[in-house]
Amino acid sequence: MITVLLLMVAGILAGLWLGKFPSIMKVNDRLISWAIYLLLFLLGVGVGTNKAVIQSLDSIGLQALLLTIGALIGSIGMGWVIYRAFFHLNNH
Amino acid sequence: MKGSLIILSFFALGLILGVTNSLPEFLLKTDFSMYALYILMFLVGIGIGADRKSWKVIQTINVKIFLVPLGVMVGTAIGVTIVSLFLPNLTIREAMAVGAGYGYYSLSSIFITQMHGETLGVMALLSNIIREVATLLLTPLFVKYFGKLAGIMSGGATAMDTTLPIITRYSGKDYAIISLFSGIVLTILVPVIITFILHTSL
Repeated sequence: MITVLLLMVAGILAGLWLGKFPSIMKVNDRLISWAIYLLLFLLGVGVGTNKAVIQSLDSIGLQALLLTIGALIGSIGMGWVIYRAFFHLNNH
Repeated sequence: MKGSLIILSFFALGLILGVTNSLPEFLLKTDFSMYALYILMFLVGIGIGADRKSWKVIQTINVKIFLVPLGVMVGTAIGVTIVSLFLPNLTIREAMAVGAGYGYYSLSSIFITQMHGETLGVMALLSNIIREVATLLLTPLFVKYFGKLAGIMSGGATAMDTTLPIITRYSGKDYAIISLFSGIVLTILVPVIITFILHTSL
Protein backbone atom coordinates (compact mmCIF):
# COMPACT_ATOMS: atom_id res chain seq x y z
CA MET A 1 0.00 0.00 0.00
CA ILE A 2 3.01 2.28 0.38
CA THR A 3 3.28 1.97 -3.41
CA VAL A 4 -0.18 3.52 -3.70
CA LEU A 5 0.76 6.47 -1.51
CA LEU A 6 3.99 7.01 -3.44
CA LEU A 7 2.00 6.97 -6.67
CA MET A 8 -0.30 9.63 -5.25
CA VAL A 9 2.68 11.82 -4.32
CA ALA A 10 4.13 11.31 -7.82
CA GLY A 11 0.74 12.31 -9.22
CA ILE A 12 0.67 15.48 -7.10
CA LEU A 13 4.11 16.49 -8.39
CA ALA A 14 3.07 15.76 -11.98
CA GLY A 15 -0.18 17.65 -11.38
CA LEU A 16 1.63 20.82 -10.27
CA TRP A 17 2.96 21.01 -13.82
CA LEU A 18 0.04 19.44 -15.71
CA GLY A 19 -2.33 21.95 -14.11
CA LYS A 20 -1.24 24.40 -16.79
CA PHE A 21 -3.19 22.41 -19.39
CA PRO A 22 -6.94 22.59 -18.71
CA SER A 23 -7.75 20.11 -21.47
CA ILE A 24 -5.56 17.45 -19.91
CA MET A 25 -7.19 18.07 -16.54
CA LYS A 26 -10.63 17.55 -18.06
CA VAL A 27 -9.49 14.17 -19.40
CA ASN A 28 -7.99 13.44 -15.98
CA ASP A 29 -11.32 14.07 -14.24
CA ARG A 30 -13.07 11.74 -16.69
CA LEU A 31 -10.49 9.02 -16.15
CA ILE A 32 -10.83 9.33 -12.37
CA SER A 33 -14.60 8.90 -12.63
CA TRP A 34 -14.26 5.82 -14.81
CA ALA A 35 -11.55 4.29 -12.61
CA ILE A 36 -13.87 4.73 -9.61
CA TYR A 37 -16.83 3.24 -11.53
CA LEU A 38 -14.70 0.27 -12.57
CA LEU A 39 -13.38 -0.33 -9.07
CA LEU A 40 -16.80 -0.11 -7.46
CA PHE A 41 -18.23 -2.38 -10.13
CA LEU A 42 -15.48 -4.86 -9.27
CA LEU A 43 -16.23 -4.45 -5.56
CA GLY A 44 -19.85 -5.25 -6.41
CA VAL A 45 -18.79 -8.36 -8.33
CA GLY A 46 -16.53 -9.43 -5.46
CA VAL A 47 -19.34 -8.99 -2.96
CA GLY A 48 -21.89 -10.67 -5.22
CA THR A 49 -19.78 -13.79 -5.60
CA ASN A 50 -18.95 -13.90 -1.90
CA LYS A 51 -21.76 -15.79 -0.16
CA ALA A 52 -20.56 -14.90 3.33
CA VAL A 53 -20.81 -11.17 2.61
CA ILE A 54 -24.17 -11.45 0.84
CA GLN A 55 -25.69 -13.34 3.74
CA SER A 56 -24.62 -10.74 6.28
CA LEU A 57 -25.40 -7.66 4.19
CA ASP A 58 -28.11 -6.50 6.61
CA SER A 59 -25.79 -6.79 9.59
CA ILE A 60 -23.04 -4.98 7.66
CA GLY A 61 -25.50 -2.20 6.86
CA LEU A 62 -26.62 -1.87 10.47
CA GLN A 63 -23.02 -1.70 11.71
CA ALA A 64 -22.26 0.91 9.04
CA LEU A 65 -25.19 3.02 10.24
CA LEU A 66 -24.16 2.76 13.90
CA LEU A 67 -20.54 3.65 13.09
CA THR A 68 -21.72 6.70 11.13
CA ILE A 69 -23.88 7.86 14.03
CA GLY A 70 -20.87 7.52 16.35
CA ALA A 71 -18.60 9.33 13.89
CA LEU A 72 -21.09 12.19 13.50
CA ILE A 73 -21.69 12.64 17.23
CA GLY A 74 -17.92 12.60 17.87
CA SER A 75 -17.12 15.02 15.04
CA ILE A 76 -19.93 17.46 15.74
CA GLY A 77 -19.14 17.34 19.47
CA MET A 78 -15.50 18.23 18.74
CA GLY A 79 -16.74 20.94 16.38
CA TRP A 80 -18.93 22.42 19.09
CA VAL A 81 -16.00 22.57 21.53
CA ILE A 82 -13.66 24.09 18.90
CA TYR A 83 -16.32 26.59 17.85
CA ARG A 84 -16.98 27.75 21.41
CA ALA A 85 -13.28 27.94 22.27
CA PHE A 86 -11.80 29.45 19.12
CA PHE A 87 -14.37 30.73 16.65
CA HIS A 88 -17.27 32.05 18.66
CA LEU A 89 -16.24 35.59 19.57
CA ASN A 90 -19.53 37.00 20.86
CA ASN A 91 -18.53 37.11 24.50
CA HIS A 92 -15.94 39.85 23.94
CA MET B 1 -25.95 13.27 -4.80
CA LYS B 2 -26.14 12.44 -8.49
CA GLY B 3 -22.54 11.26 -8.28
CA SER B 4 -23.28 8.86 -5.45
CA LEU B 5 -26.27 7.43 -7.32
CA ILE B 6 -24.12 6.68 -10.38
CA ILE B 7 -21.44 5.08 -8.23
CA LEU B 8 -24.00 3.05 -6.30
CA SER B 9 -25.53 1.79 -9.54
CA PHE B 10 -22.14 0.55 -10.76
CA PHE B 11 -21.72 -1.22 -7.42
CA ALA B 12 -25.26 -2.64 -7.68
CA LEU B 13 -24.69 -3.76 -11.28
CA GLY B 14 -21.56 -5.64 -10.22
CA LEU B 15 -23.44 -7.09 -7.27
CA ILE B 16 -26.29 -8.38 -9.45
CA LEU B 17 -23.96 -9.83 -12.08
CA GLY B 18 -21.96 -11.46 -9.28
CA VAL B 19 -24.95 -12.96 -7.48
CA THR B 20 -26.51 -14.29 -10.69
CA ASN B 21 -23.14 -15.74 -11.73
CA SER B 22 -23.45 -14.20 -15.17
CA LEU B 23 -19.84 -13.14 -15.63
CA PRO B 24 -17.14 -14.93 -17.62
CA GLU B 25 -14.67 -16.88 -15.51
CA PHE B 26 -11.56 -14.92 -16.51
CA LEU B 27 -13.00 -11.70 -15.10
CA LEU B 28 -13.34 -13.28 -11.68
CA LYS B 29 -9.96 -14.95 -11.69
CA THR B 30 -7.71 -12.08 -12.74
CA ASP B 31 -7.41 -9.53 -10.00
CA PHE B 32 -6.67 -6.37 -11.88
CA SER B 33 -8.37 -4.14 -9.32
CA MET B 34 -4.99 -3.53 -7.64
CA TYR B 35 -3.63 -2.08 -10.87
CA ALA B 36 -6.79 -0.04 -11.38
CA LEU B 37 -6.23 1.34 -7.88
CA TYR B 38 -2.62 2.25 -8.73
CA ILE B 39 -3.82 4.17 -11.77
CA LEU B 40 -6.63 5.79 -9.82
CA MET B 41 -4.33 7.06 -7.09
CA PHE B 42 -1.89 8.51 -9.60
CA LEU B 43 -4.77 10.32 -11.34
CA VAL B 44 -6.18 11.53 -8.01
CA GLY B 45 -2.71 12.88 -7.21
CA ILE B 46 -2.60 14.76 -10.51
CA GLY B 47 -6.01 16.23 -9.70
CA ILE B 48 -4.79 17.44 -6.30
CA GLY B 49 -1.50 18.84 -7.64
CA ALA B 50 -3.22 20.67 -10.48
CA ASP B 51 -5.87 22.23 -8.27
CA ARG B 52 -4.53 25.82 -8.00
CA LYS B 53 -7.52 26.96 -6.00
CA SER B 54 -6.90 24.37 -3.29
CA TRP B 55 -3.24 25.31 -2.91
CA LYS B 56 -4.20 28.97 -2.61
CA VAL B 57 -6.77 28.12 0.07
CA ILE B 58 -4.13 26.22 2.01
CA GLN B 59 -1.64 29.09 1.78
CA THR B 60 -4.00 31.72 3.17
CA ILE B 61 -4.67 29.83 6.35
CA ASN B 62 -3.86 30.58 9.97
CA VAL B 63 -3.02 27.94 12.54
CA LYS B 64 -6.44 27.92 14.19
CA ILE B 65 -8.09 26.50 11.10
CA PHE B 66 -6.07 23.27 11.36
CA LEU B 67 -8.15 22.50 14.43
CA VAL B 68 -11.15 21.87 12.19
CA PRO B 69 -9.92 18.82 10.20
CA LEU B 70 -8.03 17.67 13.31
CA GLY B 71 -11.31 17.82 15.24
CA VAL B 72 -13.01 15.71 12.56
CA MET B 73 -10.26 13.09 12.82
CA VAL B 74 -10.24 12.97 16.64
CA GLY B 75 -14.02 13.19 16.99
CA THR B 76 -14.61 10.47 14.41
CA ALA B 77 -12.02 8.19 16.00
CA ILE B 78 -13.56 8.60 19.46
CA GLY B 79 -17.11 8.14 18.16
CA VAL B 80 -16.48 4.96 16.14
CA THR B 81 -14.31 3.50 18.91
CA ILE B 82 -17.15 3.85 21.42
CA VAL B 83 -19.63 2.32 18.95
CA SER B 84 -17.26 -0.58 18.21
CA LEU B 85 -17.27 -1.54 21.90
CA PHE B 86 -20.91 -2.54 21.39
CA LEU B 87 -20.25 -4.43 18.14
CA PRO B 88 -18.73 -7.82 18.98
CA ASN B 89 -17.71 -8.64 15.41
CA LEU B 90 -15.79 -5.44 14.84
CA THR B 91 -12.35 -4.54 16.19
CA ILE B 92 -11.47 -0.97 17.14
CA ARG B 93 -8.96 -0.90 14.29
CA GLU B 94 -11.63 -1.90 11.75
CA ALA B 95 -14.08 0.65 13.10
CA MET B 96 -11.46 3.39 12.91
CA ALA B 97 -10.62 2.46 9.31
CA VAL B 98 -14.28 2.76 8.30
CA GLY B 99 -14.53 6.10 10.11
CA ALA B 100 -11.37 7.38 8.42
CA GLY B 101 -13.20 7.58 5.11
CA TYR B 102 -14.67 10.87 6.45
CA GLY B 103 -17.44 10.61 3.85
CA TYR B 104 -15.09 9.92 0.92
CA TYR B 105 -16.87 6.64 0.23
CA SER B 106 -15.48 5.78 -3.21
CA LEU B 107 -11.81 5.88 -2.30
CA SER B 108 -12.13 4.60 1.26
CA SER B 109 -14.17 1.55 0.28
CA ILE B 110 -11.77 0.68 -2.54
CA PHE B 111 -8.78 1.10 -0.24
CA ILE B 112 -10.21 -0.90 2.62
CA THR B 113 -11.32 -3.69 0.25
CA GLN B 114 -7.77 -4.02 -1.05
CA MET B 115 -6.14 -3.87 2.36
CA HIS B 116 -8.58 -5.74 4.55
CA GLY B 117 -11.31 -7.47 2.56
CA GLU B 118 -14.73 -7.06 1.05
CA THR B 119 -16.85 -7.13 4.19
CA LEU B 120 -15.15 -4.09 5.69
CA GLY B 121 -15.00 -2.46 2.23
CA VAL B 122 -18.78 -2.66 1.88
CA MET B 123 -19.22 -1.36 5.42
CA ALA B 124 -16.99 1.61 4.55
CA LEU B 125 -18.97 2.24 1.37
CA LEU B 126 -22.32 2.28 3.19
CA SER B 127 -21.11 4.15 6.26
CA ASN B 128 -19.46 6.93 4.30
CA ILE B 129 -22.39 7.33 1.90
CA ILE B 130 -24.64 7.66 4.95
CA ARG B 131 -22.27 10.33 6.27
CA GLU B 132 -22.58 12.36 3.07
CA VAL B 133 -26.35 11.97 2.82
CA ALA B 134 -26.83 12.79 6.52
CA THR B 135 -24.77 15.96 6.05
CA LEU B 136 -26.84 17.00 3.04
CA LEU B 137 -30.09 16.42 4.90
CA LEU B 138 -29.27 17.44 8.47
CA THR B 139 -26.79 20.35 8.20
CA PRO B 140 -29.52 22.93 8.95
CA LEU B 141 -30.27 21.15 12.23
CA PHE B 142 -26.63 20.51 13.10
CA VAL B 143 -25.74 24.19 12.60
CA LYS B 144 -28.75 25.40 14.56
CA TYR B 145 -27.94 23.34 17.64
CA PHE B 146 -24.17 22.79 17.56
CA GLY B 147 -22.64 25.91 16.07
CA LYS B 148 -21.42 27.00 12.69
CA LEU B 149 -18.71 24.36 12.39
CA ALA B 150 -21.20 21.50 12.72
CA GLY B 151 -21.90 21.05 9.01
CA ILE B 152 -18.18 21.13 8.20
CA MET B 153 -17.44 18.55 10.89
CA SER B 154 -20.26 16.32 9.71
CA GLY B 155 -19.28 16.65 6.04
CA GLY B 156 -15.65 15.63 6.66
CA ALA B 157 -13.86 15.16 3.34
CA THR B 158 -17.02 16.04 1.38
CA ALA B 159 -17.00 19.59 2.81
CA MET B 160 -14.82 20.67 -0.14
CA ASP B 161 -17.29 19.69 -2.86
CA THR B 162 -20.60 17.83 -2.54
CA THR B 163 -21.69 19.25 0.80
CA LEU B 164 -20.05 22.69 0.41
CA PRO B 165 -23.20 24.41 -0.96
CA ILE B 166 -25.43 23.34 1.93
CA ILE B 167 -22.72 24.23 4.47
CA THR B 168 -22.23 27.69 2.98
CA ARG B 169 -25.98 28.19 2.92
CA TYR B 170 -26.42 27.52 6.63
CA SER B 171 -23.09 28.55 8.19
CA GLY B 172 -22.56 31.60 5.99
CA LYS B 173 -20.01 32.61 3.36
CA ASP B 174 -17.37 33.26 6.05
CA TYR B 175 -17.21 29.54 6.62
CA ALA B 176 -16.76 28.54 2.97
CA ILE B 177 -12.96 28.80 3.14
CA ILE B 178 -12.82 26.82 6.38
CA SER B 179 -15.07 24.20 4.82
CA LEU B 180 -12.94 23.97 1.67
CA PHE B 181 -9.76 23.78 3.71
CA SER B 182 -10.98 21.08 6.06
CA GLY B 183 -12.40 19.04 3.15
CA ILE B 184 -9.18 19.31 1.14
CA VAL B 185 -6.96 18.29 4.07
CA LEU B 186 -9.17 15.31 4.93
CA THR B 187 -9.49 14.23 1.28
CA ILE B 188 -5.71 14.12 0.91
CA LEU B 189 -5.31 12.32 4.22
CA VAL B 190 -7.96 9.59 3.73
CA PRO B 191 -5.63 7.09 1.98
CA VAL B 192 -2.74 7.96 4.31
CA ILE B 193 -4.73 7.52 7.52
CA ILE B 194 -6.47 4.32 6.38
CA THR B 195 -3.08 2.82 5.47
CA PHE B 196 -1.73 3.91 8.83
CA ILE B 197 -4.65 2.43 10.78
CA LEU B 198 -4.70 -0.93 8.99
CA HIS B 199 -0.95 -1.41 8.59
CA THR B 200 0.65 -0.35 11.85
CA SER B 201 1.03 -2.92 14.57
CA LEU B 202 0.24 -0.93 17.67
